Amino acid sequence: MGDPKGFLKIERKPTPKRTVEERLQDYRYVYKPWPEEDLKGQASRCMDCGVPFCNTGCPLGNLIPDWNDLVYKDHWRQAIDRLHATNNFPEFTGMLCPAPCEAACVLSINDKPVTIKEIELSIINRAFEEGWVTPKPPPPEIRTGKRVAVVGSGPAGLAAAQQLNWAGHSVVVFEKDDRIGGLLMYGIPDYKIEKWVVDRRVALMEEEGVEFRTNAYVGYDPTTEELKGEFDAIILAVGALQGRNLPVPGRELDGVHLAMDYLVQQNRRVAGLPVEGEEIRARGKNVVILGGGDTSADCLGNAHREGCASVRVLTHGPKPPDHPGTLEWPDWPFILRTYPAHEEGGERAFSVAVTGFSGSDHHVEKMHAVHTKRTTEGKTEPIPGTDFEIETDLVLLAIGFTGPVRDKFLEDLNLGYTERGAIPAVSGFGTSEPGAFVAGDAKRGASLIVWAIAEGRKAARQADEYLMGRSLLPG
Amino acid sequence: MTLGTGLYDPTYEHDACGLGFVVRVDGRRTRETVEEGLEVLRNLEHRGTSGSDPETGDGAGILTQIPDAFFRREARDLGVELPPAGFYGVGVLFEYGVEEGRDCEGRLEQIVAEEGQRFLGFRDVPIEPGAVGRLARKVMPRIRQFFVERRNGDGDGFERKLYVIRRRLHDAVQDTHGGYVVSLSSRTIVYKGLLKGQQLPRFYPDLGDPAFASAIALVHERFSTNTLGSWELAHPYRYVVHNGEINTLRGNINWMRARESRLESPLFGDDMKKLSPIIQPGQSDSASFDNALELLYLAGRSLPHAVAMMIPEAWENDDLMEEQRRAFYQYHSALMEPWDGPAAIAFTDGRVVGATLDRNGLRPARYSVTKDGRVIMASEDGALRIPAEDVVERWRLRPGRMLLVDTERHELLHDEDVKRPLFRRRPYRKWLREGEIHLNELPDATPDGRPEPSSLFERQLAFGYTIEDLRILLSPMAQNGKEPDGSMGTDTPLAVLSEKPQLLFSYFKQHFAQVTNPPIDPLREELVMSLKMSLGPEENLFDETPEHCRRVLIDQPVLTADELEKIRRLGSERAATSTLSTLFAVSTGERGMEEALHKLCEKAESAVRGGSAVLVLSDRGVSVEQAAIPSLLATAAVHHYLVRAGIRTGTTLVVETAEAREVHHFALLVGYGATAVNPYLAFETLEEMAGSDLLEGVGVEEARKNYVKAIGKGLLKVISKMGISTLFSYCGAQIFEAVGLNQEVIDRYFTGTASRVGGVGLEEIEREVLERHRRAFGGVEDGPEELEVGGEYQLRMQGQYHQWNQTTIPPLQRAVKTGSFETFREFTRHFDEQSARFATLRGLFEFEENPIPLDGVEPASEIVKRFTTGAMSLGSLSREAHETLAVAMNRIGGKSNTGEGGEDPVRFTPDENGDSRRSAIKQVASGRFGVTTEYLVNADQLQIKMAQGSKPGEGGQLPGHKISEYIAKIRYSTPGVGLISPPPHHDIYSIEDLAQLIHDLKNANPAARISVKLVAEVGVGTVAAGVAKAKADHITISGHDGGTGASPLSSIKHAGLPWELGIAETQQVLVENGLRGRVILQTDGQLKTGRDVTVAALLGAEDFAFSTAPLVATGCIMMRVCHLNTCPVGIATQDPELRKRFTGTPEHVINYFFFVAQEVREYMAKMGFRSFEEMIGRADRLRMREAVEHWKARGVDLSAILHRVEAPEGEEIHHSRSQDHNLEKSMDNELIEKCLPALERNEQVHFSHPIFNTNRTVGGMLSGEIARRYGGEGLPDGTIRIDFKGVAGQSFGAWATKGLTLTLEGTTNDYVGKGLSGGRLAVFPSKVAAYEPEKSIVVGNVALYGATAGEAYFRGFAGERFAVRNSGAHTVVEGVGDHGCEYMTGGVVVVLGPTGRNFAAGMSGGAAFVLDEEDDFEKLCNRDMVSLEAVESDEDVALLRGMVERHLEWTYSAVAERVLENFEELLPRFVKVMPNDLKRVLRERQEAELEAVG
Repeated sequence: MGDPKGFLKIERKPTPKRTVEERLQDYRYVYKPWPEEDLKGQASRCMDCGVPFCNTGCPLGNLIPDWNDLVYKDHWRQAIDRLHATNNFPEFTGMLCPAPCEAACVLSINDKPVTIKEIELSIINRAFEEGWVTPKPPPPEIRTGKRVAVVGSGPAGLAAAQQLNWAGHSVVVFEKDDRIGGLLMYGIPDYKIEKWVVDRRVALMEEEGVEFRTNAYVGYDPTTEELKGEFDAIILAVGALQGRNLPVPGRELDGVHLAMDYLVQQNRRVAGLPVEGEEIRARGKNVVILGGGDTSADCLGNAHREGCASVRVLTHGPKPPDHPGTLEWPDWPFILRTYPAHEEGGERAFSVAVTGFSGSDHHVEKMHAVHTKRTTEGKTEPIPGTDFEIETDLVLLAIGFTGPVRDKFLEDLNLGYTERGAIPAVSGFGTSEPGAFVAGDAKRGASLIVWAIAEGRKAARQADEYLMGRSLLPG
Repeated sequence: MTLGTGLYDPTYEHDACGLGFVVRVDGRRTRETVEEGLEVLRNLEHRGTSGSDPETGDGAGILTQIPDAFFRREARDLGVELPPAGFYGVGVLFEYGVEEGRDCEGRLEQIVAEEGQRFLGFRDVPIEPGAVGRLARKVMPRIRQFFVERRNGDGDGFERKLYVIRRRLHDAVQDTHGGYVVSLSSRTIVYKGLLKGQQLPRFYPDLGDPAFASAIALVHERFSTNTLGSWELAHPYRYVVHNGEINTLRGNINWMRARESRLESPLFGDDMKKLSPIIQPGQSDSASFDNALELLYLAGRSLPHAVAMMIPEAWENDDLMEEQRRAFYQYHSALMEPWDGPAAIAFTDGRVVGATLDRNGLRPARYSVTKDGRVIMASEDGALRIPAEDVVERWRLRPGRMLLVDTERHELLHDEDVKRPLFRRRPYRKWLREGEIHLNELPDATPDGRPEPSSLFERQLAFGYTIEDLRILLSPMAQNGKEPDGSMGTDTPLAVLSEKPQLLFSYFKQHFAQVTNPPIDPLREELVMSLKMSLGPEENLFDETPEHCRRVLIDQPVLTADELEKIRRLGSERAATSTLSTLFAVSTGERGMEEALHKLCEKAESAVRGGSAVLVLSDRGVSVEQAAIPSLLATAAVHHYLVRAGIRTGTTLVVETAEAREVHHFALLVGYGATAVNPYLAFETLEEMAGSDLLEGVGVEEARKNYVKAIGKGLLKVISKMGISTLFSYCGAQIFEAVGLNQEVIDRYFTGTASRVGGVGLEEIEREVLERHRRAFGGVEDGPEELEVGGEYQLRMQGQYHQWNQTTIPPLQRAVKTGSFETFREFTRHFDEQSARFATLRGLFEFEENPIPLDGVEPASEIVKRFTTGAMSLGSLSREAHETLAVAMNRIGGKSNTGEGGEDPVRFTPDENGDSRRSAIKQVASGRFGVTTEYLVNADQLQIKMAQGSKPGEGGQLPGHKISEYIAKIRYSTPGVGLISPPPHHDIYSIEDLAQLIHDLKNANPAARISVKLVAEVGVGTVAAGVAKAKADHITISGHDGGTGASPLSSIKHAGLPWELGIAETQQVLVENGLRGRVILQTDGQLKTGRDVTVAALLGAEDFAFSTAPLVATGCIMMRVCHLNTCPVGIATQDPELRKRFTGTPEHVINYFFFVAQEVREYMAKMGFRSFEEMIGRADRLRMREAVEHWKARGVDLSAILHRVEAPEGEEIHHSRSQDHNLEKSMDNELIEKCLPALERNEQVHFSHPIFNTNRTVGGMLSGEIARRYGGEGLPDGTIRIDFKGVAGQSFGAWATKGLTLTLEGTTNDYVGKGLSGGRLAVFPSKVAAYEPEKSIVVGNVALYGATAGEAYFRGFAGERFAVRNSGAHTVVEGVGDHGCEYMTGGVVVVLGPTGRNFAAGMSGGAAFVLDEEDDFEKLCNRDMVSLEAVESDEDVALLRGMVERHLEWTYSAVAERVLENFEELLPRFVKVMPNDLKRVLRERQEAELEAVG
């Protein structure tokens, strides 16, 4: 172990960021790299716990104490191996994961947690810089001759694909869009993950032997039957992109959009690609973003970068507390979360229920709302007589997702849906269709990227078992 | 109890005792000698004991020369005319089954005739059955004597014939007649039985006959752990009486058996064949020793020669030992391994009588020589009451030394006189020089074999290497040369219940010494320890030739590849080496490994028959096709196969294995027969780690060296925790219990190993190998080359299951904070789930239900009174945490335990709010920290910690940085100076010593229950029975998984057993022995839930201790860094900043215990028990869960645990009555009476009193009385003075408090001034004594153990371990034995004369002044922790002079007088022993003060 007393000597440092002024000018990554000495200091704060709640709090089971120690001792090479042992894409999680590990960190009980996420990112960045991340194609002699289709190229699909390829299967990844990555590519803003980062990983996988087919919308091309005929197993990693709607009067007005529609367009624009359909732009507008989660914050950041006139983020429920309750550790605490996007401006309000939209020319001009309160039973109710209006010309609905898009492929497979709209899993990651497995958001509903990777790995193992009778894949 | 149904196994019985002899140097056979022998026996009676029947002793006996006149008369009365003395032998026969008409008669006559002698007739031995107890009568044999006439040969030849006859008779009648020949000799005769010493002459009227005369009387009084007594087990055996225990017995028996086929003796000729097996099966260690000694003796060696061979001195590391002496021992080590363990042995062949002590002097042996030529040796001085003016020599046996009286030559021989002729028998030194070669002297060699077909990574996977092995085990070993420490207990599944494939090593648990023999401190008593091994075949045991010592010596058993190669190249001239592969083809399928194993054994046999003196078992070359038989399995299989084939001693086993990496692995390989091990993969792994710079700058060479050193140190710890000194005798000794292997595997490959719950067979073992093999060669490239995580020591999601995990800790903490029983159930529910059920044996149980309404069940508020918190010291815990537990337990009527760190006296008085921070249980552990009389009287229970679940058999160390001002004050030590707890209690080397400590504590505080804490291992039940007989009121059986502040990881993982086995065995043995009702039985070890408590109660526990769970309730999150002082929640730390983070409250603890009690009630309701008491011991209400699907667990058979023993009539199966401590007989009652004016009114009291060795713990009860009334302050100095005269018994002046002065004109035995708490002691010989006081012994062993304050003056020598763990007393003595001032942390010791070896070992505080007139002290002092200085400072000179003056004043010492007269002259001859640590702290303090001034 590194320094048993590190946590007593060194305080947690926040990750350095570019200034708001600077970063609003571009779509480049928000955070700055850590000076190595600082990083080692932060790594030394890890207490190498007997029960590392970070490791169990991480859906991937990342071996956090191990690599903290390796970083502290300057063993970067071993650190990336240890990190890659549980996580196919640490650069994704290092940038995007909200870090339940840090919430679970034992130091969170009475101190501030270790900066696990930044250490993770530094390890993988260092590894790329040093040229340690190289394709690792499986030797030809372990090729099994089995073919696996992975439908969806988000993190779950990519993780499953890499694992199954390593197990010796021939893997083809189908993506209905023109670029690989799913939400990583067209959902999450560049300032959180620059797209070359995704491409870099995809290229490595291609070299390892994974085949990627873009613009291949399974159900149509290929058809479900063709797919089943060609492959011995299928991994469904189609995500949960069906945005939740807000059935209130005026919803049909122009200017009221699902957040994801905006985010996709914006990402394409940043990438210099053409956008399809009606343009949704925030520049010069008074924007209202409904919902208080990650998607909401992503809209917020984009809106600022586009140069909106104003922006408000409104949440249905009450304002969460600033600090976790004493009984919450090691679970993900219910607290107010402030992302870099929030630092960049905009108003946040809570306990607001939208009652409708109004406008002219089929375009939204006002949002009608009412204040809410939380009852003792935990329900959110409007407070009579507190109605108010907000002038707006762009409303983005970032109020959640209702499961995978129910497209032809899913209809063909006819696997049913859970109450939450997800694809029901049978004993682990199987489905009612033999040889078809489901992972990630498609299975659990919209969730964290770290869950997507974890499930992709586990589904791969189960598929491998299905194909070979046993599996030596981890998970 | 029938074997195999329960957990009791008579193999694990232990005994110890008092022994002695009286002999006339002039060889005159007198009546007085016999009578004196019997008197010695009577006066040692307190060293023996009785069981449930107070009138039945554990055994006593006497061996004398054959009283010719007596037998001549008796035979004549029977119509037999005896031939002249020496021409007939007398046999003594115990016959069982006589009433069924079966006796030995016919057989005996026939065998005698066949052996060419003449049978003369039987004599019924007159007996007085009324003189013995009920139980003894019940199992009493018919006792007859018989006479055999010598028909040919000389006297020695006749003795050999009688031996052959005896062995043949045993063989012939064992099964059919049940006859046991007590003795059969023309020279000696034994009278013994299941008796107490004083009953012996009453039972055998022969012994009182005026014609019954002898020059020799050898006697023994036995203290056995069991009462299922037997008449045979009494001593003397044919040649010896023994006090102690042979720890290596299993190995010694195996080795004797292994060499039997090679035994050749011209003296025995063809008779040799009739003697097998030499060691008769199923006997005690002493009897086995006697068998082996007898053989060596009758085959031609003298008795002293044979004894010196079997119990050698510690020659290996003693630089001071003269060459010839060392050569003798070194040569003989090539012939036979030591019989290792504490031993005082007295032996005789009817002509010479002698005695010797083990190498470490762990048993007492005192002797006196009288003016009229008698030598009296006994465990205690004063056993024969001789006027001081008749004594010309009063001394003790020293470690490894011998005393001999030759009654034919009329000589008294001291060690030097006895052994010098032995050393000169042969040119041993020359032979060694020519025959032995050290490994280092062999030409360098490098292996040039085939390269491994598989990569390092593949092989690491194939042999189950994990990241943890590298990170947590190998890397600290390679960096620091030390096995790493850990803390808290183990909470992973037993190997047999684990889902993960386990190494076979993990199925074995190490044994350890507790109560019946002491563990050793391998660091501080290094001089008795040795890892030396040798390679080469053994020759005929009876010969002495130069060839016997042709062998290769190695310093320790871990070989590098180069070293192994040297051995491989030895060639046939010295030791031909064969390498046998232990691989098997993966493709051979299910029985592949079994077949390979069989072939391996056959190959081994033919290799040995072909002359291979070294067999290398090698698993090199694993590949896709080839997997390796587990190295332990291969080693044990070959070892036993060769033993059975009778050719084992023709070769040496060396294991070349990728598998072995941690200490436990090496211990097992050696324990099952390997002489050396080459852990090549461990070395390769280290090389790679060093190459990748993962060892923090430590290079390859250094890493290798450090690793070997670490393994060596670890091995010393493993063997020493069993009380074994030499690895050589540990080899093949099988000091392990298997948990989870089926009987077939055990019987075939691990013969003689205990394995009591069944488990996996060969098939599952193979499956585990193949699973790892598949992982290595299965063909998946999943990213980086990373090993499995392991997760044995620290939880990892991907790794081994832990009971304390992310889903159990939070709900428990939430439950106690919110008071929600529902949340608590979330916690306990986890343990009923699949994964957790298979973590523990108790998880496999189910309850037989028979529900009643819950409200009819005893309330939780009553049940919680049975709960205590475990022993966790202040020092390991923060003050906040410690006091929180105490307050909580006092509020609910339970008890908290101080642990071994003492207690702040302010806690003895309740707080203003009514809370009490006083711990009701005060622990007395080996360090005796803060054990003052005041501490003792402030307890409801005094717990003697014999062992701790996480590190049984080991001591502890509290590093200086943890000793704050506060901790130091309570522990009577210096802040910043480290403290050591010795592995053994230095006043408990055997069971009768424990009885003595119990008696001592009971005297100090008669109101407190005395508890003895044991750790579960096979045989703990028999130990517990002994403890119950030693008068403990309460016994704790700890599970192996209990917590710790700091222990070596291998101890946490691999020593001790689950409490389920321990408590069940204890219950069974106590019930069967009729002892259960006398004691309260407690268990602990990872108790967490109501279900745990319920299972434990059904198995026999009535009290329960919890440690980890209440800590978790107060915020512990199982960091496992207690040993680092960095506990981030303020529990296990002394860091003031971290202590502020403690948030636990008594309410949390109380909530937890009530939740547990509530759950217990629910289980009770389900089973229909209204009161808790009804539930205790009802194992019949448990059954094993049905339909266990787990592939390994399904082989487990719990029926032995569930076995229920019928209680003897009128006996309860739970606590029902109190022990009779016989306190009313204590002399102190009278002393207290006489001291009442002082106690009540502080008036001065001064009187005289006679004293005898049977008066024990004199002054103890009186001191308790003073402390109770006046606390730690005591009485003003000079208030009470008592002058004794005579020979005092053990523990004279124990606990003596301030205001009490005890003087003694005479001598004393062991443990003088134990726990001295401010009183004054003075012991000096009688003025009329005929011996010189400064050359004689005046106090026994282990004087002033744990003294905290006071003064003591001894005119004369003290025995071994003088002032051990002294932390405050000032004392003067005129000479000390070995290990003086060991572990001392305070006080001042003045030695006005010689010291033994190893002075000041582990001494971290206080000071000693030694008058070094012989100028040899520098060599005798252990300077690891101390420096030697001149006595120069005025302060020191004044202190020394003052103490010598007081010595003169109190003892009239002539030495003191001489020193004072020549003080200036002698001052330069004084050496001051100054602990380095203390010096450093004083210097730092001085510097700090200077800085403050400056």
